[in-house]
Amino acid sequence: MKNQAAIAAASDAVRSKAVRRDMLLFRIIGYAVLALLALYCFVPFLLVLSSSLTSESSIIEHGFQLLPTEFSTEAYSLLFQYPEQILRAYGVTIGVTALGTFAGLFLTSMTAYVLSRKDFRWRNSFSFFFFFTTLFSGGLVPWYLLIVNYLQLKDTFIVLVLPMLLNVFYIIVMKSFMSGIPEAIVESAKMDGADDFRIYWQLILPLAKPALATIGLFLALGYWNDWYNALLFVSNDNLMPLQYYLYKMLGNMDGMRKALISSGAVVSLSIPTESLKMAMTVTAIGPILLAYPFIQRYFVQGLTIGSVKG
Amino acid sequence: MNRGGFWSDVSKYRVLLLMLLPAVLFFLLFAYIPMAGIVLAFKQFNYNGGIFGSPWNGLDNFRFFFESGDAWRVTRNTALYNIAFIIVNNVLQIAAAILLFEAARPFFRKIFQTMLFLPYFISWVVVGAIAYNLFNYDYGMLNSVLGWLGMEPIDVYNTAAYWPLLLVLISAWKALGYGTVMYLAAITGLDREMYEAAEIDGANIFQRIIHITIPNLMPTLIILMLLAIGNIFRGDFGMFYNMVGTNGILFSTTDVIDTYVFRALTANNDIGMSAAAGFYQSILGFVTILVANWAVRRYDKDRALF
Repeated sequence: MKNQAAIAAASDAVRSKAVRRDMLLFRIIGYAVLALLALYCFVPFLLVLSSSLTSESSIIEHGFQLLPTEFSTEAYSLLFQYPEQILRAYGVTIGVTALGTFAGLFLTSMTAYVLSRKDFRWRNSFSFFFFFTTLFSGGLVPWYLLIVNYLQLKDTFIVLVLPMLLNVFYIIVMKSFMSGIPEAIVESAKMDGADDFRIYWQLILPLAKPALATIGLFLALGYWNDWYNALLFVSNDNLMPLQYYLYKMLGNMDGMRKALISSGAVVSLSIPTESLKMAMTVTAIGPILLAYPFIQRYFVQGLTIGSVKG
Repeated sequence: MNRGGFWSDVSKYRVLLLMLLPAVLFFLLFAYIPMAGIVLAFKQFNYNGGIFGSPWNGLDNFRFFFESGDAWRVTRNTALYNIAFIIVNNVLQIAAAILLFEAARPFFRKIFQTMLFLPYFISWVVVGAIAYNLFNYDYGMLNSVLGWLGMEPIDVYNTAAYWPLLLVLISAWKALGYGTVMYLAAITGLDREMYEAAEIDGANIFQRIIHITIPNLMPTLIILMLLAIGNIFRGDFGMFYNMVGTNGILFSTTDVIDTYVFRALTANNDIGMSAAAGFYQSILGFVTILVANWAVRRYDKDRALF
C-alpha cells in the first residue's frame, strides 16, 4: 500500500500538463465513439417500440419513425383482442424453456462432474468422445431424417427440447469450474461412505451455484430464442413457440389477415399490418428486455469463466 | 494411481459410468449416428429404402452441386462473409473494450456495456423484424431518412449488391457486446504496473494503448481469430435465413452453404444433393479446424483445443 501511494505521488509529480491534455482529448474521443456504438446497438429497439405505438395511417404516410408521429395502441389492442394464439405460443415457449433449462442443467452438471473427477479412469476418452462432435458432424440431412423418419418426433413437444439439451461447450465450462473445487471435499465424503451420485448431488451442486446460474441462463436464453427446431419440425399451430410465431407472422401477413377476419376480430381489410408486426416483435422480446438488467451480469460471468480453458 | 483390470474398474466406477450414460446416449444418437448417415451423399434416397437401404449412385449427388457452379458460389460467400465478420467484429470489439476500460468512468462503463450487450439477447427472428423496419421499401426508416436528405429511395430487398455491407453491419451489431465483454475481461486481467511505469516515464494514453494494451491483447486476439478461422466454412444459418429467407433475387451475394443445404432439403426435397453439400461442408470444416488448431498449438500450446 505504502509503495503504491509513493508511486502514485511520484507519477502525479511528473505527470506533465501535456499528458493531462492528451487524457482529456482521449476521454472526449472515447465517450463520443462509445456513445455512437451504444446508439447503434440501442436505437433499433427504440424504433421497433415506437413503430408498434404508431397509428397505421401514419406509418403508411411517413414510414416507420423514431418517435410516434401519431400515437396509437391499436396494434396491441388488436393483438390481444383474441389472445389465444399468442398465449398458446407463450405457453409453449415457457414450457420448453423451463423443461429444457432444468433438464439440460442437470445433465450438463452431472456429465461435467464425472469428467472433472481426476481419478476417473476413462476421463480423457469420454472427453474426446464428446469433444469430437464439435469438430465433425454428419450435417443437417442425416440428423433431420433421424428425427423425422426414425424417431418420429415431428410435431411433438419433445422435439423442441431434446436437440438442444446438451452442448459440449457448456459441459466444458462447467467441468473447468468444477475442477476448481478442492478434491479434499470429495475425499472426505468418500471416507464417510457417500456414493458418487450423492457427492455430486449434495456436495458439488451447492458449490457450483455460480456456474449453474450462468449455464442455466445461457440454456434458458437459447430455448427462449429458439425458432430453428420449430422451423424444421413443427407444422402444428398449437405447438408454435413464440419466436416461430413471430417468424410466421412476419412472413405471412396475408394468412394473419385471413385468420383475424375469420375469427371476427376485424370486419374490414383495414388491418394495421405494419404496426401489428412491430407490436408482435415487442411482445416476443418483452420478457427478455425486462429481465435483461438483472441477468446481464451472469452472462458476463459466463464469458469470463468460459475464457479459462478446462 | 493403481490401475486395476478393466472389469474391476467398471465395477469401481459404476456410479460414475451410470451418471455419464445419458450424455453418452445423447451424443451417440444425435451426433454419431448422423455421422454414419453421411453415406446418403452417395445414394439415390428413397423413403422405402431409408438411409441404409437406398441404392448407391456414386458421385451423382456431388456432380450437380459442383457442375452447376453452386458449390463455388456458396463456398465463396460463406468464406468471404466469415472473413469480413472476423476482421470487422474483432476490430470494433477491441476498440470498444479499450475505450470502455481506459476512457469511461465506471458508471458510464456500465451503461455503455449494457447498451452494447443488448442485441446479443434477441433471436435472429427479431433481428429480421428490425431489418424489415429499417429497410422495407415503402415504410422503412432508411428510405425516410434518404427522403429527408432529398435522395432517391433504395430497394434493399431487391438489390443483391447492398447485402454484403448490410450483413457485415448486422453481424457487428449483434456480436459487439459479447466480444467487447470478452476483451474487457482480458484487459482487466493485464498487469497494471506496466501502465504505472509507463506513465511515470511520461507516456501519454495513446502511447500506452499502442505500446502496452494492444501488444498484450495480441495473444488473446490471435487465438480467437485462429479458432474463428477454423469455423470459416460454417455459415450462421439464423442470420442469413432471417435476413434473406427465400428471396432468390439476393442469393448471388447472400447464399451460404448452410442456407443452400437447408433449401435443397426442405424446398426441393433433394435429399441426396443436400446430403452431398452437407458432407462437403463437414469435410471442409473438419480440415480447416484441424489446421487452425495446429496453428494455435504452434503459437501457444496451452491454448490449443486438443
